[in-house]
Amino acid sequence: MSVLDSKIPEGPLDQKWTTYRSTVPLVNPANKRNLEIVVVGSGLAGSSAAATLAEMGYKVKVFCFQDSPRRAHSIAAQGGVNAAKNYQNDGDSIFRLFYDTIKGGDYRAREANVHRLSEVSGNIIDQCVAQGVPLAREYGGLLSNRSFGGTQVQRTFYAAGQTGQQLLLGAYSALQRQIGLGNVQMFARHEMLELVTIDGVARGIIARNLITGELEKHFGHAVLLCTGGYGNVFFLSTNAMGSNVTAAWKANKKGAFFANPCYTQIHPTCIPVSGDHQSKLTLMSESLRNDGRIWVPKKKEDAEELRSGKKKPSDIAEDDRDYYLERRYPAFGNLVPRDVASRAAKERCDAGFGVNATGQAVFLDFQFNMKEKYGRAEATKKGISNPTDAQLKALGKDVVKEKYGNLFDMYKQITGVDPYEEPMQIYPAVHYTMGGLWVDYNLMTTIPGLYALGEANFSDHGANRLGASALMQGLADGYFVIPYTIGAYLSTEVSRMSAEKGKSDSIDKLKTQHPAFDAALQNTQAQIHKLLSIKGTKSVDYFHKKLGKVMWDKCGMARNAEGLKVAIKEIQAIRDEFWKEVRVTGEANELNLELEKAGRVADFLELGELMCMDALQRNESCGGHFREEYQTEEGEAQRDDAHFSFVAAWENKGNGQFELHKENLEFKAIKVAQRSYK
Amino acid sequence: MSSGNMNLTLKIWRQKNASTAGKLITYQVADISPDMSFLEMIDVLNEQLIQKGEEPVAFDHDCREGICGMCSLYINGRPHGPKYGITTCQLHMRSFNHGDTIIIEPWRAKAFPVVKDLVVDRSAFDRIIAKGGFISVNTGSAKDANNIPIPKQNADEAFEAAACIGCGACVAACANGSAMLFVSAKVSQLTLLPQGKPERKERVLNMVGQMDAEGFGNCSNTGACEAECPKGISIENIARMNREFLVASLTKKEPKNSGGGAM
Repeated sequence: MSVLDSKIPEGPLDQKWTTYRSTVPLVNPANKRNLEIVVVGSGLAGSSAAATLAEMGYKVKVFCFQDSPRRAHSIAAQGGVNAAKNYQNDGDSIFRLFYDTIKGGDYRAREANVHRLSEVSGNIIDQCVAQGVPLAREYGGLLSNRSFGGTQVQRTFYAAGQTGQQLLLGAYSALQRQIGLGNVQMFARHEMLELVTIDGVARGIIARNLITGELEKHFGHAVLLCTGGYGNVFFLSTNAMGSNVTAAWKANKKGAFFANPCYTQIHPTCIPVSGDHQSKLTLMSESLRNDGRIWVPKKKEDAEELRSGKKKPSDIAEDDRDYYLERRYPAFGNLVPRDVASRAAKERCDAGFGVNATGQAVFLDFQFNMKEKYGRAEATKKGISNPTDAQLKALGKDVVKEKYGNLFDMYKQITGVDPYEEPMQIYPAVHYTMGGLWVDYNLMTTIPGLYALGEANFSDHGANRLGASALMQGLADGYFVIPYTIGAYLSTEVSRMSAEKGKSDSIDKLKTQHPAFDAALQNTQAQIHKLLSIKGTKSVDYFHKKLGKVMWDKCGMARNAEGLKVAIKEIQAIRDEFWKEVRVTGEANELNLELEKAGRVADFLELGELMCMDALQRNESCGGHFREEYQTEEGEAQRDDAHFSFVAAWENKGNGQFELHKENLEFKAIKVAQRSYK
Repeated sequence: MSSGNMNLTLKIWRQKNASTAGKLITYQVADISPDMSFLEMIDVLNEQLIQKGEEPVAFDHDCREGICGMCSLYINGRPHGPKYGITTCQLHMRSFNHGDTIIIEPWRAKAFPVVKDLVVDRSAFDRIIAKGGFISVNTGSAKDANNIPIPKQNADEAFEAAACIGCGACVAACANGSAMLFVSAKVSQLTLLPQGKPERKERVLNMVGQMDAEGFGNCSNTGACEAECPKGISIENIARMNREFLVASLTKKEPKNSGGGAM
């Protein structure tokens, strides 16, 4: 077991980043033009990094599997983006955002990275507004904020329920500008299938042109993986259908350690599963918890009658409703962090209080705030002294519509139920993965020259991410962190290049002619050939669904040692069956969606096992990782700081063998405590 | 509107690749739940085809929650199907009835060539944005976000234009295959904001120039684009772009910028 070097700069926490920026080696403009950077993924992290690096003068290539960089799944983020601007004068500060994020992550994130994230958070908002991102504003023309879970200030900036879309389109427009200027070469409908390393250093990728099926070799002095999370290992999640772990997993196989794979975020407010046909789950933004109150009936009889359709929610009297988050966590109420809210919903449903036919749903109810909060305020504004119930509702409805209109429409579209009239039914679903490739302070993985940004890395959210922090992290990494930290590495590349200048077989002369590229390409070709030649009897989806069920049942919201051991065996069996029985239709040299899926599922079948191994070694509960054996008397997650205050980074030894490496976490600026939202 | 499960006849455009002719092929699917999304119904068909060893139908899709803009089906003669204000992935089978025949085709437009089956190439949109759909501000040079107050009404209007998902339904709906709604939404968003003012002339001239070069047709004000837009983008944007274009054409001093806008 080795100790990982996270390369955290010396000095006081709040000075580290400032000092680092002033002392990190630079690359002069002439040399930048000779340095090529491969960026995989075009979401918030990828687009912002690519645009910024191109602005600085580097030669950049961007790859995405969708038909346009604008489709990356960052686009679907709804609620908002955090920043410590303190525009609301409610006591926010860089330290408070840092503190909330560390505590929200259940003390399993790296202090120095999180503090840097908080420091640059304000710059993100400035940058986006300058790009023309239409964030929500107040009547005075200044930016508006709202609250998200795990905080007691209003620091979330938003654009209706489409914040991710607007931020991504901002980054996309910056990227398109650089494409237009010739500084970025864009490869849409291309999927990275292999990382190329030479003497252990990242030198490029093998990508498949998804239209022609051709395998292409692309050289880079550095490779940035901005490829998102791996929530689709569960089959059902709020991720896009194409979201996958393949790029990160291939990197893991080439030597990049995978950190904390068991840390999965189960989002409390998603539309419940309606049947076996379901292909994905839809999130209802956390922002709804600003005004929606979560409840189930107090009496089991009521729950049973709701399930059988004998009663409607409105038939349950106020006194017979259990607003269980307000009851259990009076200080934060409905705005407790996601892991806490999800487990509380599961607890009530497991106890028999679930409200839909499957028993796996709770109510998210807007009636009270629609009438009493907004309706009454509007009535006062309009001078209506004794408003009727109907008037209150009509007035409040307009306000709710303005705040959450698109989400309410989306809910109605999917369920056929009007949430202005009936409470929403919600249940937790897989949403985000805190784990990812291990990176140091520079965002470099354990492979020199290979970086991971955004959700693809592990560093900032610990064991649980707070709402509206994913967009913050993706853009922080891309706009404000990597442009500095990559200089530390590329300046050494400049020295190497000048030392090797005369050599006829130097890496820079050979580039993709280097034999390592051919070897990597042949490996990729062999896997594609193998997948197509099995010609079994079962579809790719069959295996994906089977894997997803094992993961959800045994490595989902709650885990225990016995279940995890069974899951590992089951996943191995599914994997064996996959490689004997999968049927992949079509050919290699054409657009072949089944082949694309098959490659991704093959990697999920390996990752799933590692997730279970990681969950099994972590004999504690923290954040999204809840081991049933380790809980307080009140059912809260019980950490074991003495033994588990570390990042688990897994080295892939091949043939399903992994070695665990530990990065010890030190908390100097924060007092580690039992997390409480009571 | 159906409540029980349905049997349906599907007539789907199958085309091997860009250089092969395509045709409609008829398929049957049974026991379709009204709670399924339209794309989940095609998933069911594809599972059947795979079981028979046939190639599944290729179609673009990703987020399946109406925001990425990737899904793009022309259903019974209408982009994104029979309902207003939603994308194909948000269309649910409760909008159909037992026994229905459903015709499913790709977007039809000169500037969106078919790649395979129901998949088309919409990269022309990206090239238009690369010509001017941005504000030229390098990372790190921005002032504090609250330095310039923006009237809420302008911010809201800019947001409504910015809500475009780039799916191309406007082009598919238009008899002329015009991209005016798409282009004008971006032009409007950036024109409505103070940050977008310095480049407003070059932007509209360059974007319209690229739109024409891509082979999109002219606008004849029929309004089909607005009616079929899943995000309700208004044709007022087209009027605004026409004004911007006219003013820019009459007052431009420099020759048209052929690059990606001002540095």
